[in-house]
Amino acid sequence: MPATTKTSSQLVLDGILNENPIFRLALSMCPAVGISTTIMNGLLLGVAVLFVQVFSSCTIAAVKNFIHPRIRIPTYTLTIATWVTVIDLVLAAYVPGAYKQMGIFVKLIVAFAIITMRLETFACRNAVSPSFWDALGMGLGFMFGMVSIGFVRELLGQGTLLGFDVLGCQPLLFFALPAAGFFCVGIMMAIFNYVELVYNRRKAKNR
Amino acid sequence: MITPKRFHFFPGIAAALLGLILLCGCETEHPFIKKTAFKGVREIVVSFAGPVEEGWASTAANFRIYEKTDPDIPLKIVRTGLSADGTTLTLVFDEDLNQKQPHVLAVTGIRSEGKPVGDALVSVKKLYAGYVFSILIGAMIINNFVFTKYLGLCVFFGTSKRKSTAVGMGVTFTIVMVVSAMMSWALYQFILKPFSLNFLQIVVFIGMVSLSVQAVDTILRKVNPALFKAFGVYLVLVIANCVIIAVPLLLADNEYNAIESLALAIGAGVGFFIALFLMSSVRERLELADVPPTFRGLPIAFVLGGLFALAFMGFSGMSIF
Repeated sequence: MPATTKTSSQLVLDGILNENPIFRLALSMCPAVGISTTIMNGLLLGVAVLFVQVFSSCTIAAVKNFIHPRIRIPTYTLTIATWVTVIDLVLAAYVPGAYKQMGIFVKLIVAFAIITMRLETFACRNAVSPSFWDALGMGLGFMFGMVSIGFVRELLGQGTLLGFDVLGCQPLLFFALPAAGFFCVGIMMAIFNYVELVYNRRKAKNR
Repeated sequence: MITPKRFHFFPGIAAALLGLILLCGCETEHPFIKKTAFKGVREIVVSFAGPVEEGWASTAANFRIYEKTDPDIPLKIVRTGLSADGTTLTLVFDEDLNQKQPHVLAVTGIRSEGKPVGDALVSVKKLYAGYVFSILIGAMIINNFVFTKYLGLCVFFGTSKRKSTAVGMGVTFTIVMVVSAMMSWALYQFILKPFSLNFLQIVVFIGMVSLSVQAVDTILRKVNPALFKAFGVYLVLVIANCVIIAVPLLLADNEYNAIESLALAIGAGVGFFIALFLMSSVRERLELADVPPTFRGLPIAFVLGGLFALAFMGFSGMSIF
């Protein structure tokens, strides 16, 4: 893949919709299922992933000419691990309550496939600025996925949005259970597929 | 495919492991204290290698006991009772003991036949082999990493399409899991902890995982090329699995010792194998089913995963021993 020709806004939009890491690329599913019980959790982990993605992409894009191709994967891993350590310590210091709720997932950002994959397919072939926009799009796409699943699960499972009571009736306990994360992700993926199907059909008809 | 002949050494290894676990059940950390055990609901029995002095043993202040997880909360001793020959001491507490938790007993200034023997710090656990077994089964089924902790999903959904793939991935994963967890455990206990380098956990553990993947790759290629041909392709995927990095982090958090760590690593590996096998069996049947086009592929697999997770919820709260 040669250097990208897309503009920055295209890159960001691609990350959010066409190549959404959760619903389209189906990468980094663990947090999408595990801790998407509330919007706030989704948002916080989204911010952490955005941070790690942007900083690792920029780091790799900046030093890509000095990395021997044979040791590139270990280099990526160590770069990501460094930035994850940074965000891990920052979150533990400034938002201890939410950090405790997210548990081990913040540390596990280091094993998220999406970050390594963006470094391998994008950042090591492009300059710093497009890499930044691509990483921003991917991070925002991840955050969008997390927040939308969190929205559904918080609304149906606890009857609240961002902690405010909005439903006014007995919530379905099932959606607060962790197992419902699988169902939510599966059904939202199906919705994304459906939208694409209808869109393509309409495009074919108009032609 | 796997022939029984190639795996004939497995029972031998299993027997050796079991022996090791049973052996460690009788030992304590101090040469003079032979055995510690819970008795009834609020008593602990300590056996000494020789007779201890009545005057020393009847002073409750010489004993300090707490749950391993809460070192700040000492448990209150009501009275102590020494047996007639002076080698068995019973400590009675004013509250029921939580015997699921390992306890730590600090004994100061042991005196035996007029001579001081020194201080001792020993742990009290309920039937050690049983405790290790419960960690193993816990990681394997009750807290299955895939269905109750939601880790390793990318690889889980990627490699559960065929039964043969699932078996290959499961076996490879278990091997790498055990190797990397034990190396990370040793590194954490003997290097990171003594030098207060805890903040380097993530960097060191991920490096250890890549290293052990590379090591297993090289060793398998030379030692057993047939096995490498069957399982080599899955080795690369192992590193993208969250479970493999989650286990060393859990080991470090819980301060497990070597045998407990081994139990957790094996449990995590076999648990992943079980999850993969169950899922692949269902997904092979799914190919014949009439699934709506929007649900084909991953979405229906996620719904299936949800059903499995619901089923595995039935195990939650279960405790062995």
